[in-house]
Amino acid sequence: MSAPRVVVVDDHALFRSGVRAELEGHVDIVGDAGSVEEAVGVIAQARPDVVLLDVHLPDGSGAEVIARVAPEHPGVRFLALSVSDAAEDVIAVIRAGARGYVTKSIAVDELADAVHRVHEGDAVFSPRLAGFVLDAFAGAPPPPRVDERPDPDLEQLTAREREVLQHLARGYLYKEIAHRLGISTKTVEAHVSAVLRKLQLSNRHELSRWATTRRLVD
Amino acid sequence: MRAPLRRDGARGVLGGVCAGIARRLGIDPLPVRVVALVLAVAGGIGVPLYLLAWAAVPGDAEARTMGRSRRSAVEIALGVGLLAIAALLALRGMGLWISDAITWPLALVAGGIALLWRGGILERSQPLPAPPPVDDEQPEPAERVANVSRQGLGAALFIAAGLVFLQATGSLSAARDVVLAAIVVAIVLALIFAPWTLRMARSLTVERAERIRSQERAELAAHLHDSVLQTLALMQKRADDPREVAALARAQERELRAWLAGRTPAEGERRLAPALEAAAADVEATYRVPVDVVAVGDADLDTAGEALVAAAREAMVNAAKFGEGSPVAVYAEAADGGMQVFVRDRGPGFDADAVPADRRGLRESVIGRMARHGGRATVTSAPGAGTEVELVIGRDA
Repeated sequence: MSAPRVVVVDDHALFRSGVRAELEGHVDIVGDAGSVEEAVGVIAQARPDVVLLDVHLPDGSGAEVIARVAPEHPGVRFLALSVSDAAEDVIAVIRAGARGYVTKSIAVDELADAVHRVHEGDAVFSPRLAGFVLDAFAGAPPPPRVDERPDPDLEQLTAREREVLQHLARGYLYKEIAHRLGISTKTVEAHVSAVLRKLQLSNRHELSRWATTRRLVD
Repeated sequence: MRAPLRRDGARGVLGGVCAGIARRLGIDPLPVRVVALVLAVAGGIGVPLYLLAWAAVPGDAEARTMGRSRRSAVEIALGVGLLAIAALLALRGMGLWISDAITWPLALVAGGIALLWRGGILERSQPLPAPPPVDDEQPEPAERVANVSRQGLGAALFIAAGLVFLQATGSLSAARDVVLAAIVVAIVLALIFAPWTLRMARSLTVERAERIRSQERAELAAHLHDSVLQTLALMQKRADDPREVAALARAQERELRAWLAGRTPAEGERRLAPALEAAAADVEATYRVPVDVVAVGDADLDTAGEALVAAAREAMVNAAKFGEGSPVAVYAEAADGGMQVFVRDRGPGFDADAVPADRRGLRESVIGRMARHGGRATVTSAPGAGTEVELVIGRDA
């Protein structure tokens, strides 16, 4: 499989060039941008497979970039990358459509691995994100709203999904989780993708109102 | 030592003067009252004496509030005014004729002066003691209103005195023109100066906001200087030691995050997540190995919880020491009254069945400690697969 074509969106030029140097050889970096406006233009022109996206940008947020790019370029996948570990920011960019979230302190080979994974359509959960999700889905599911078809499955995690997330939060890799739980790596990936879908579609107020209720900063 | 003379408002009939004297002498108020009544009826000297005492002797409430007079304005004005009348009547009785045109205004002025001086100058000139903290919840606004009304009444008495004087001397109609002119001038002046005064008030508000903002800025600058700038300077000096620089950066990041989140270590120490964060920061600083904490839920720490944190800290130390520099992952979950902590490293691992002698710390301060507090510790390790320590307390321990 050819190396994924990547655009790096981050307002710090130093960080962009750092990532470019680090990922050299692992992926094909086809462009970078330092703002929402610039990112929308660069992505439309370069048509990358994966966008490494900072959660905060000077003229908006990573979620905004996704909202503007995704409708026209549905093939582009996003991986959020940030030092800002406030739960509400991270959840916001995931709900906007990012396929995963990693912190900027991530090791190079892990970052390269995450980019490949997102490129293949999988979800990438850092331990931190796994913790956020477990926190958000803790407690009983909310009663279904009258005006919509209730989908209780969306509102809570299965025991297996919870188990997989806990292992992710404990720092295990997919392969290790598969080994420990006696399932295949593909099944672990399926569980994580299911969690990502719930995260994006759930009506849990913990997800939508997280900012006001928790004020969690990593 | 005996209590100072105070009017006894609780037991008093009129102003509590007799009751106060009785309390001071340590006797029943009745005899004192009889003497006062006799003095009042025979010769009339009792009445001014009583009023004098009423005005001069502070009541209980006033004594408690340390001189901040609680006597009503009307009471004071009446008291002093009556005193003045008494004195004038006494002078008249002695044959010194004073015209009515002077008598009534003088009585009013006396009342007014008493009010203005008591309410304003006298109290202001005394050093104001700090208000009693619990007695009055918010004494300030009420106090100010009382002061204003007292001074207003005093001024009104003055004006009344002037009017009475003018009326009595027959020059009121002449004065009316002057007063009218004065009022017109006052209105004109007010109109002229109103915008200026308004602008003044507004600029005062702006200035206050500016001052608050600059104070905040100074505080922020002080914090950044004490923490971030110091660390950056340190990092420049240690630029040749990447591990040291990384550790400094991580410690500073942790501190800055806690500060941004508004968490102060003092108040956060007794909760699970902040306590683990603090332990991780400590271990990280000592062993120069990154320690990441992910916490789901949080809980207050009891004795067992403290033991859990101590054991987790020991496990982090072990992971940092034997993990060969690999990052340490700490995962904590608090739910349903139980707490669970995982400490994991990606080091070389060891054969769990043959714990080496130098790993006794793990056995004693982790496994033993958890067992003593009704918890459980499980160590999972295999050569080449890293080590994970699981600590459980409460739920299914």
